Amino acid sequence: MTDKKYIVGIFNDEDVVMDAVQKIRSKGIKIHEVFCPYPVHGLDHALGYDRPRMGVPAFLFGITGTCLAFLLTFWTLGIDWPMNIGGKNFFPFPTNIPIVFELTVLLAAFGMSFTFFFMEGLGPSVKPLIFDLRSTDDKFAMAIDLNKNTVSDSDIKAFLSEVGAEEVNVKEV
Amino acid sequence: MAHKHETPSLDESFDFSPELRKKLIISAIIGVAMVALGAFLIKNHWSIGVWDAGHGAEHAAEGHGGGEHHGATLFSRIVANLWMNSVYFLGISVVGVFFLSYNYVAKAGWYTSFKRVPEAFPSFIIVPAVIMLGLFLYPETRHIIFHWTHHGIMEVGSENYDKIIAGKSWYLNFPFFLVRMIAYFAVWYYLWTQIRKYSLLEDETNDLAYYYKSRNYAKMFLIFFAVTSSTAAWDFSMSIDTHWFSTMFGWYHLASWHVAGLAAIMLTILLLKDKGYLKAVTFSSIHDLGKLMFGFSVFWTYVWFSQFLLIFYANLPEETIYFRERFSGHGGRYFAPFIINLLLNFVFPFLILMARDSKRNGTFLKLACGSILIGHWFDFYQIQMPGIAKDQGGIGIIEWGTTLTFASLFIYFVANQLSKANLIAKNHPFIEESLHHEI
Repeated sequence: MTDKKYIVGIFNDEDVVMDAVQKIRSKGIKIHEVFCPYPVHGLDHALGYDRPRMGVPAFLFGITGTCLAFLLTFWTLGIDWPMNIGGKNFFPFPTNIPIVFELTVLLAAFGMSFTFFFMEGLGPSVKPLIFDLRSTDDKFAMAIDLNKNTVSDSDIKAFLSEVGAEEVNVKEV
Repeated sequence: MAHKHETPSLDESFDFSPELRKKLIISAIIGVAMVALGAFLIKNHWSIGVWDAGHGAEHAAEGHGGGEHHGATLFSRIVANLWMNSVYFLGISVVGVFFLSYNYVAKAGWYTSFKRVPEAFPSFIIVPAVIMLGLFLYPETRHIIFHWTHHGIMEVGSENYDKIIAGKSWYLNFPFFLVRMIAYFAVWYYLWTQIRKYSLLEDETNDLAYYYKSRNYAKMFLIFFAVTSSTAAWDFSMSIDTHWFSTMFGWYHLASWHVAGLAAIMLTILLLKDKGYLKAVTFSSIHDLGKLMFGFSVFWTYVWFSQFLLIFYANLPEETIYFRERFSGHGGRYFAPFIINLLLNFVFPFLILMARDSKRNGTFLKLACGSILIGHWFDFYQIQMPGIAKDQGGIGIIEWGTTLTFASLFIYFVANQLSKANLIAKNHPFIEESLHHEI
């Protein structure tokens, strides 16, 4: 285990945590992550997240599927084992569309699922870092990574209570 | 942020100015004049339209002498234009109430801020209804449009007897067809008037009962439209090519109507916003409508392609004739509309509406709307023209004129309806949700 140390503020209310995020960021304190029991509109903007660029990997996975499918149908039906189906020529374009479509969707979907697992650090035998179990029920947990902040521990703790945190815990991992 | 911004005033009324009225009426008259001019030019062999093949007119001149059933004349082309534009604009109008209905039934709230726009569309139903009933009741135009109405075609022993068409006589016969047509127009229009009535009553009193009543009418509409959208497609479009049939056709036709209707709703909202109306409609709602447009233009392509692929693969002569006629029939004159149809309805909207930013940008959205609206005009053109206008078809002054007249009348009816009520349904129970909608 590393000597990572987080301060976790527990909040009771959506609006309080929204305000707290803005106040804490305006103090120059970097927030590691806020965990909520449900999606909170506007929280990603408040935390200053960029728009996710999910489209880029999705497009790359999809286009890989398209190319593979064309290669597959072209090689099997057009070159390796040409078959006469209904008197058509050996590589009729429209008949390939379903396969191309399906493989594009399949690879994009699988690729994005694996991208998600990879980015979130999830997988078999990986123990996820949970800051506070109650954030899956009815509390909002704000985690602040102490190693990435220059403000002192006690100041952060005091400030968290000031902006409305019900509890302030320290979590070492 | 969603909970910080101020909501603009919900009291807006659209000013349908006398100048705009005058302009629309004048452009409708110009459209009629263009049809007359186009017909005159073709009669005199001075064809200047884009795809006006010159030799069409020569056939027109000798067409009457033959007196056979299959010959098309210049008159057929005008009738085809009337029918095709009627079906197209009927679809856009009826999609207004279709859109409202499925949103009512789904208890959706996101669209409430621009609800009055689709609500205004179905007022136009009466114009295509009158034109289509007229064209069907007048024997000469009926024979031009519908091959199955020819004399003796369903009588055994007659020289026009056609066994396949006679087999469809239980469905394709004059009284049943007429009853169906009247039922479509009357029920669609009636259910719209009820939804509209309760929506307007809602503005005056803040009573939830009106919402539930509208919702009941919306359910009735969806049940009725589930069947009639398909049967109307068979009646208005598929029965023109009487021998041919496709089990995908109802969906294909509805998909075409629906996406054209969505594009018309979007374009109306954007134009109203440009004029300074509908300030309360956020770009989140528009973004969602843009997603629907994108999704349903892909859906249209999916259905179109499914129909095409099955026919292509099975390769049965009685089915492939439909596409053969469009690829190379009548001198290949329907090949270009066929290709334009795919480009404008799939390729262009697909590429332009893919990105998130373009669905939140008025200019890109307008481009996509224009592409879809023109594209689906071409869709109905290539559905109906080959069967009605045959070798007289083309795209020239006649087509532009007819479409101009229909579009002007449509805008007139919609603007008139918009000016009759507050532009935002201010007491709708979901209006708050719509105002704070954020994606």
